[in-house]
Amino acid sequence: MFEDKVDEIIDQYQSDPSALIQILLAIQREYRWVSKEAIDKVSKKLDVPLNRIHHIVTFYKAFSLIPKGRHEIHVCTGTACHVRGAPRLLDSVQDLIGIKPGETDLDLKFTLETVGCVGCCALGPVMVIDGEYHGKMAPAQSEAVLKNYA
Amino acid sequence: MNEIILQIDGRKVQAKEGMTVLQAAQSIGINIPTLCHHEKLESYGACRICIVEAETGGRTRLIAACVYPVEENMAVRTRSEKVDKTRKVLLEELLAHAPDSVPLQALAQEYGADKDRFEKEPSFCVLCGLCVRYCAEVKKINAIGFSDRGAKREISFIPEIASGNCWDCKECFPLCPTSYLQAAYVLIEALMR
Repeated sequence: MFEDKVDEIIDQYQSDPSALIQILLAIQREYRWVSKEAIDKVSKKLDVPLNRIHHIVTFYKAFSLIPKGRHEIHVCTGTACHVRGAPRLLDSVQDLIGIKPGETDLDLKFTLETVGCVGCCALGPVMVIDGEYHGKMAPAQSEAVLKNYA
Repeated sequence: MNEIILQIDGRKVQAKEGMTVLQAAQSIGINIPTLCHHEKLESYGACRICIVEAETGGRTRLIAACVYPVEENMAVRTRSEKVDKTRKVLLEELLAHAPDSVPLQALAQEYGADKDRFEKEPSFCVLCGLCVRYCAEVKKINAIGFSDRGAKREISFIPEIASGNCWDCKECFPLCPTSYLQAAYVLIEALMR
């Protein structure tokens, strides 16, 4: 089953080596990580050396070599959010889901990351979950927000 | 190919269009120090040790000789106060990563670089890319590559490819200016067992 999907993605791009990053992104979206098997397969079918793919997947933060959780939480720690209390928000999120930034919990439910600035400082402190923005977050509110994600 | 006439250290040089300043200098026996350059490989311009002063149209600036193509009426100075000072600082920065590298120490002596000027950050690799490029361009094996980026960038062997090819080749070993490559290989060898 795993194999089929990677093949399908590669076929969508006609095994075109210039679409390498697009293919890897599609794999990342599908599985929430880029596995060794997937890299091997892409390398063979696109005829791109392994070391190049390795360089690319370690270069861009969009790729992960370990499985990420179903929901990605980005807590903004930019200057404006920091001043507006991001550290306390981050602490409360960490306490609630039990992981530190950069980690994924054992059930693969959440992945926690900090980000520099998401560009809506007026809403600070901001927390982005799966692309959905939660502004003016008080640490006490975070539990209610996280409950919405299964 | 058009002939281009330029000056290097006051000497007239005839060069072909598309040649680099480094090649033109070498053709008349002028030595420009290099670290990341290798005649069999595409120019890379990573180490910047080959930096020279080039004057064109009244403007003088610093260029990397190994990647910069020759221009008509260009006046190049391979040694000047500014060039020497730039190379000295570059060497000091490289030495913070690989203080015991033999080629770096030789250059450091020539340019008066102090290996202790900057705080030590012993990555031992100066990211010249010689091993990576030699494996890709000459051997076409691609057993070693870069990983990560910025300050965390490093060279890493791909175990699957390295296990089958590297033991009998090792042609990249003598290219490495710091011997870090050998260490990386021994490390990955231990992982492959």
